[in-house]
Amino acid sequence: MAEYIIKNGHVFDPLQGIKGDKADVAIKDGKIVKDNQVSSNAKTIDAKGKTVMAGAVEIHAHIAGPKVNVGRIYRPEDKLFTYQRTKGNVRMAGGFSIPTTFKTGYEYAKMGYTTAMEAAMPPLFSRHVHEEIRDTPIIDEGAYPVFGNNWFVMEYLKNNEIENTAAYCAWLLRATKGYAIKLVNPGGTEAWAWGLNCLSVNDPVPYFDITPAEIIKGLIEANEYLGLPHSMHIHPNNLGNPGNYTTTLDTLKLAEGYKAKNKFGRDQVMHLTHTQFHSYGGDNWANFESKSKEIMDYVNKAKNVTIDTGCVTLDETTTMTADGPFEHHLTELNHLKWANVDVELETAAGVVPYIYSPDIKVCAIQWAIGLELALMAKDAMRCFITTDHPNAGPFTRYPRVIKWLMSAKAREAQIKAFKNSDKVVAATHIAGMDREISLYELAQMTRAGPAKSLGLASMCGGLKPGMDADVVVYDFSPDKPVTNPDQIEAAFSKAAHVFKSGVEVVTNGEVVNNGNKRTIWVNAKVKENPQVMRDIKEKFLKYYSVSQANYEALGHHIVPNPYAIEVDATQ
Amino acid sequence: MTKTVTDVVCPFCGTLCDDLEVVVSDDGKQLTEVYNACVIGTEKFLHSQAKDRVTRPRLRQEDGSWKEISYDEAAEYTAQMLAKAKKPLMYGWSSTNCEAQSVGHEIAEMVGACVDNTAAVCHGPTLIAVQDIGIPSCTLGEIKNRADRILFWGCNPAHAHPRHMSRYSIYPRGFFTGKGQKSRKMIVVDPRVTDTAKLADVHLQVEQGRDYELLNAFRVALNNEWLPDVVAGIPAQKIREAADLCKSGRFGIIFFGMGVTQTLSKNHNIDEAIALTKHLNEFTKFSIMPMRGHYNVTGSGEVLGWQFGFPYSVDLSRGFARYNPGDTSTIDLLARGEVDAMFTIASDPGAHFPISCVKQIAKLPSVCIDPHQTPTTGVSKLHVPVAFAGVEVGGNAYRMDNVPIDMRKVVDPPAGMLTDEEFLIKVRDRVKQLKGAA
Repeated sequence: MAEYIIKNGHVFDPLQGIKGDKADVAIKDGKIVKDNQVSSNAKTIDAKGKTVMAGAVEIHAHIAGPKVNVGRIYRPEDKLFTYQRTKGNVRMAGGFSIPTTFKTGYEYAKMGYTTAMEAAMPPLFSRHVHEEIRDTPIIDEGAYPVFGNNWFVMEYLKNNEIENTAAYCAWLLRATKGYAIKLVNPGGTEAWAWGLNCLSVNDPVPYFDITPAEIIKGLIEANEYLGLPHSMHIHPNNLGNPGNYTTTLDTLKLAEGYKAKNKFGRDQVMHLTHTQFHSYGGDNWANFESKSKEIMDYVNKAKNVTIDTGCVTLDETTTMTADGPFEHHLTELNHLKWANVDVELETAAGVVPYIYSPDIKVCAIQWAIGLELALMAKDAMRCFITTDHPNAGPFTRYPRVIKWLMSAKAREAQIKAFKNSDKVVAATHIAGMDREISLYELAQMTRAGPAKSLGLASMCGGLKPGMDADVVVYDFSPDKPVTNPDQIEAAFSKAAHVFKSGVEVVTNGEVVNNGNKRTIWVNAKVKENPQVMRDIKEKFLKYYSVSQANYEALGHHIVPNPYAIEVDATQ
Repeated sequence: MTKTVTDVVCPFCGTLCDDLEVVVSDDGKQLTEVYNACVIGTEKFLHSQAKDRVTRPRLRQEDGSWKEISYDEAAEYTAQMLAKAKKPLMYGWSSTNCEAQSVGHEIAEMVGACVDNTAAVCHGPTLIAVQDIGIPSCTLGEIKNRADRILFWGCNPAHAHPRHMSRYSIYPRGFFTGKGQKSRKMIVVDPRVTDTAKLADVHLQVEQGRDYELLNAFRVALNNEWLPDVVAGIPAQKIREAADLCKSGRFGIIFFGMGVTQTLSKNHNIDEAIALTKHLNEFTKFSIMPMRGHYNVTGSGEVLGWQFGFPYSVDLSRGFARYNPGDTSTIDLLARGEVDAMFTIASDPGAHFPISCVKQIAKLPSVCIDPHQTPTTGVSKLHVPVAFAGVEVGGNAYRMDNVPIDMRKVVDPPAGMLTDEEFLIKVRDRVKQLKGAA
């Protein structure tokens, strides 16, 4: 493999505490090495006056799988004016809010992202998710299977059987080649099978007679019992409704008293995702307001919690979530086309297009809340930048979100451009905020932080010798004052150089190599558990519509270049 | 001695049953018996054992006879044909695995082909309707476990999807449907008294081609608004009773087929059926699902979807993907004489297309990749027989509810035969050379 030495760049690496000092980064055999360990044949990249960071890590995006593909298939209009032609080894690619798999890989790479996590994998459809992952070039990917409405989980947790829950989770992670324990509207999506919902953590789930709070606590315990690399990852109840911040606080409080138990350097026991959608005050759309302060006051104190923002980008996009009842609610609200899939024994999903218009007050308030969360974060290692792609906006808008976070001037210009500017200012905190995120904090929020939260800190998100050589050079000088905030957006849209596992995949903002992507999954070993195996067998015989053997037959051949993280919970 | 392969997936219809047991000889070369499958599925497996099977590619001669050629020669012919054509059509894909489809799409991208699957003459109007209005649906296991109201609209599963009712929709005892058939009400809407209709609690014998009116009347009845005495040949009272029956259920589903997609009004019928489903969700829980025909037509739509963003009728001839059914769809391309080469795989347009289109295929340079001898091979210049996907090679397929299932190989193909994927890889590599791509 080629050797590289990236010379004289301003390096930002929270893992080693490097805050923009001039340093060299050396790459050999796909790993970062000390700069005296490369030979004289190493290709030199001149990064003078440029910013050097580790490859960015996406902690939550909907980029592969059945609901993403429903979005692609049922929105031909999303492809309009977006198509790029085939170019050598680079496949043709199109789509805006729900790009084709090829475009997904290329666009992430161009922005300097080298690892991304698919946020919700319905276990029954895991094979589909992995087929799409196979066709997504360059980036390493993992996928979170959803557990929050799973019949096994609800039945075990009703009797507080943590060990059985953990054994089942381990089996399902293995069968689906999944990465983490994901919850979406716990209990509420099962209720949706009867057209109902659970809007608070104490609403009982129909028939199963368990509450969302019990599911959440139980899965935190199962997660720590197993010692998985990532924590329980939750999309809480009551998404998107005015006044829902109390439900969010109730959810966060459930993590109190739990401590992380794992060998991956992870400190949190709960990751609360797309927090923007869960930080609303008021009790209707007229008095809808930001409660970002209440949420962040709590999060800043709760050391065992991490969050991501879910920033609204003010675009026409496609919402998609395993929160089935929410999507039905949304289609009743905006009357745009509604797709829904209920998945036997496991989950559901819905898809509805949505237009975040700067002319609509509520959308503008949502925009403000997303940014406020990041600007109020006291610990940038626990608050990550996402757009919950494509729900609050497409991931391709990260450079714009970064611009808003790094420049008060850019925010001010956007606030002025809102049609209901005064009302938006009155309902939010954004107008008075002058904090500007530094490049070091940016590296925490997009690299070191998510990598640590995912338990991948020894592998990616940093530039320590021995780690994977995922390195990005941005044509952005920390020394020069930013005269026009658009320079920030331009620099982070098209990286000057991107290395993925030591292979240069992007040069001057263009894809030059399809890399050698991996699928990351977690292989958790537990003690033999005959009861759980018997329960699984019985459910397949009686209630599933596929046989257990075929469910388990996902097989390695479909998972491209698998990289298993081993967890031993037999002790 | 023989051995039994269990959990075999049936590569025939969109029901994609995965509980078959197949008995094969000890050396894995002969397939002797098939259990659990329906008559059609059993035949598909047994047919692979036919003694008169074509096992090598055949090229049509001047005098109309066939000449046997090697796979390499066949790949060369196919690659040359596709590379030379200005706008080739690559049609079919519905009876092979997703892996082969994926390789085919790479070829199509290089040669600038139109790619289309059998939805073009089947559930294409459904896909158009879904693009208009969305689709609330569910997996088949949800039906089995929860559904107490089942509507079959313009479809006849008793004949077309023989195990659908026993595995998923009418007879099984699920979690919340412990009494099986007794816990369900079955409504059939069909102008004919089909074998499915004979089983129904309510049969609405709609006037042919009047489905749109009846669907609309259902929605009126849901709101208890005024209806004419008779709509689409059905008395208003009967429509109201059927609508109330739907409303009173806990979980309902509409399954629909060619009777609504390919009759007068086409996609507008489906628009209305989906609107009805959405409407029913104001009263109870309701879903709707197309009864997909070929076992992997759904998979073709999925793979096209994630690779190009459109589920069928994808035109790559301009170097980027375009989708405009009526313009980029197979029947229209053939009828207008717009394509200059025809590549058919895993389907039989010769048996199902209008005769004018079949004549057009006969005029064009053409290749047909199919394990069987079909009317399409009959009009093609080159016939490439391949291993039976789902019998002689595994691979991925998507059920009618989009659930992916890995098919199993149960028996070896005849010696020296290639699979769809293997043959397409040969073609792809040759096309790469011809096109000078890296």
